[in-house]
Amino acid sequence: MNKILLPALLVVVHLSAETYVIRNATIMTVAKGTLKGSIVVKDGKISEVGEKVMEPAGAKIIDAAGQYVIPGIIDCHSHIAADGGINEGSVSVSSMVDIKDVINPEDIAIYRALAGGVTTANILHGSANPIGGQTLPLKMRWGKDAQGMIFEGATPGIKFALGENPKRAGNPAGGRGAPPTVPARYPATRMGVEDTIREAFNEAKVYKAEWDAYDASAAKGGHGIPPRKDLKLEPLKEVLEGKRYVHAHCYRADEILMLLRVADEFGFKIRTLQHVLEGYKVAKEIAAHGAGASTFSDWWSYKVEAFDAIPYNAAIMQKKGVIVSLNSDDAELMRHLNSEAGKAMKYGGLSETEALAMVTLNPAKQLGIDNRVGSIEAGKDADLVIYDKFPLSDYAKVQKVLIDGTIYFDRDNEVSGRAAKQAEKQKLIDKEKQNQQRPQQAPTRRQGQ
Amino acid sequence: MKQSIAKVLTALLVCRAIALAQSHPAVAISNAKIVTVSGPVIAKGTVVVRNGLIEAVGENVPVPADAMLVEGEGLTVYPGLIDGLSTWGQPYTAPAASTTVTAGRGGRGATTTTTTTPPAAAVSTVGPARGPEDRPATTSWLKIADDVTFTDRRIESARSAGFTTAVTFPTRGIFAGQGAIIDLLSDAKPGEMVLVPAAGQYISLSRGGGGGLGGGFPSALMGVISYIRQIYLDAAHYQLVKDAYAKDPRGVERPVYDRALEGVLESKRILLPANRLVEIDRMLRFAAELKQPAILYGGRETFRPEAAALLKKFNTPVLLSMRWPEKPRDADPEDVESLRTLETRDKAASAPMALQSAGVKYALYSDGLDQPRDLQRAVKKAIDAGLSREDAIRALTLSPAEIFGVADRLGSIEKGKIGNLVVTRGDLFDDHTKVEMILVDGRKYVPAPDAAPTGGRGATTDPGVNR
Repeated sequence: MNKILLPALLVVVHLSAETYVIRNATIMTVAKGTLKGSIVVKDGKISEVGEKVMEPAGAKIIDAAGQYVIPGIIDCHSHIAADGGINEGSVSVSSMVDIKDVINPEDIAIYRALAGGVTTANILHGSANPIGGQTLPLKMRWGKDAQGMIFEGATPGIKFALGENPKRAGNPAGGRGAPPTVPARYPATRMGVEDTIREAFNEAKVYKAEWDAYDASAAKGGHGIPPRKDLKLEPLKEVLEGKRYVHAHCYRADEILMLLRVADEFGFKIRTLQHVLEGYKVAKEIAAHGAGASTFSDWWSYKVEAFDAIPYNAAIMQKKGVIVSLNSDDAELMRHLNSEAGKAMKYGGLSETEALAMVTLNPAKQLGIDNRVGSIEAGKDADLVIYDKFPLSDYAKVQKVLIDGTIYFDRDNEVSGRAAKQAEKQKLIDKEKQNQQRPQQAPTRRQGQ
Repeated sequence: MKQSIAKVLTALLVCRAIALAQSHPAVAISNAKIVTVSGPVIAKGTVVVRNGLIEAVGENVPVPADAMLVEGEGLTVYPGLIDGLSTWGQPYTAPAASTTVTAGRGGRGATTTTTTTPPAAAVSTVGPARGPEDRPATTSWLKIADDVTFTDRRIESARSAGFTTAVTFPTRGIFAGQGAIIDLLSDAKPGEMVLVPAAGQYISLSRGGGGGLGGGFPSALMGVISYIRQIYLDAAHYQLVKDAYAKDPRGVERPVYDRALEGVLESKRILLPANRLVEIDRMLRFAAELKQPAILYGGRETFRPEAAALLKKFNTPVLLSMRWPEKPRDADPEDVESLRTLETRDKAASAPMALQSAGVKYALYSDGLDQPRDLQRAVKKAIDAGLSREDAIRALTLSPAEIFGVADRLGSIEKGKIGNLVVTRGDLFDDHTKVEMILVDGRKYVPAPDAAPTGGRGATTDPGVNR
């Protein structure tokens, strides 16, 4: 009874992951080609993959005859599962804010993404500022609390943004929703965006030097007062130290080159370029810097800086040696990243494996979590998606999704559980109506409240 | 000789002290049922209140000759009710400390706190804040004890519902300032009303600078959280620097006085808002990270077992809003509400019961309700949802006193405690119960004639009050 009442929170109680054998499936491992065979899942990990496997005694059998298994989809750019706004747009450098503080594990978009085969998503701050907030990848462990969503051990990130968004193009002077008295926020040009990033890193360098000096003296037994901890500069110091990844929102070739040069000059790396619709024009330079590129399959022209896009972008960058992923940036698109990957086969002639890698292994590499996820290999996390049909097709439906060897989405359960949930809901609606029909004693209302 | 002079002097002093208090003579209520809260109910007994304090309570307590006798046959005496989070007693009509927004919608953009907009005047910065260093929406140094006044007309209406005490907080901004525990007296000097001048720092997560993009820092929830975190880091650093300077100022740069940090350092506990389960989880962890003794307020989803378990685990008390969520009256009938929203409305009033059984320390608070009828009905709703009458009374007396560390003075009928009592005919919170008399600091009040909670229809509404 209660379980129906609290479907989101109680149904999925994971004590310890079961041992599973997924049999007779077409397994697209991404790392080692495609094969027909079985996968053994034990203690949350993939313990064996092959045409023939040793089935542990007592393992639960999932018969996937005629079905396909792929690694869990990884979305390198998402804004779901965050409470209270994803943009701290009031300042041009908002590195003090952290998505980690506002994780909302009850966002239904998580469950929907899960139903679309997504097992990990990089939750990014918005693009209102040249330097935005701190970010982190989450696993879509629907039913767990905020801490339980966090991808353990993953390197955290920070959002940068170039171009129209940070210069607030198309917004009133003080920003959207601001009263007219609010003055315009710096920067208003692309030059200003570059300047803002430079200024911030100049500040961060001074800050880092201050702390390094203090740490050195403390190590020698010094008893001085530590410098003030500045939450804005702390993450930039981590970027300089290589402990935090930069995910930079960008569109135009010129601004991409600008950012790569600034990063080289200050001695840090851009981990991924996000959107990067003109990446095909500067793919060689991107590859030389070692940045990854996370782009859309065919979404463009929604603003001036997004006009010069082509559907071959992903394939071209890939062929020039860039690690490329396809992302959603959107809760709806997130639910069919598999078919987004499929488009890279049509535009650019990528192989099935190469296309699928763009939503699995490649984003895993970009996020530095490819030792854990992104492909079906023994020893990796058992983050698996079972499709009824060829997964790069529009017609494929997700049947089951496992994360850490636990089933978090099961299409049969979902569909069969709907009637009960609907009935439960109707009951509450009826109960409320009934109560309302009684002589209503409304609370005394006061004017001006 | 000397001794006798001293005796005379002492006697004179005592007389004078008594004379001061005797404008409010001793009161004895005899033959009444006494709900002590801290101990067993006395079926028939006497309470004596003198000089604002409970002088004696028990079955066989003699009535002092000089006391005004109240024949208590058929009456019940309770400790005065305490509103654990209030804005009563403040000179302006502070918008209620409301955290009650329409329940549910766990998704993106879900509201965390209130709809109250901090008035621009109360925000200390000039122009939009450019970062934490501008201390946006912060008046942490403010002590509402310095501003309390009996002229707030809600005092009389709340008292008529049996409330004798309120923990009243400033509520504007992110760091609003420190609340005070006050007695709901009328015609008293503000100083007489104050029991505890600094009861803790009220923190809200309402967007500081005016909301939206460009209205100044912080504009998003994560901005507010990061701001609060920075303030506590700064406060710790400020303390270090100040201490070092105090030790030896020679050759050391003078630390810059920062009233925002002073206010934070002076606060011995913080109040954090949390309604949804996610918020309860978030704020409990946040308080632990800040290493501040905390009280959560709001508590709408504390009826969920996970929420109660968390509060228990973190050993953190919660102030529960008595403004139970209701279906918005102007709701679009075509709107499909989520199961969670429906469930929250259905179960919210069972929260006290859930917290009670989980062993979580909690108290109820008015959250903007101030009419006796509404307050009484709100408590009744929790009782109807399974809370025992005794527990309901405790949640409005001894429990808030314990949460705010004043159980040695307030919250029960015990010898030596402050003489705050409610005398009713019938059980408190019953529809037809009549509050006969209220004692606040031993001063006798009768409920306003039109404010008595008779439970009937058409009880008082005075839209003009407190404008």
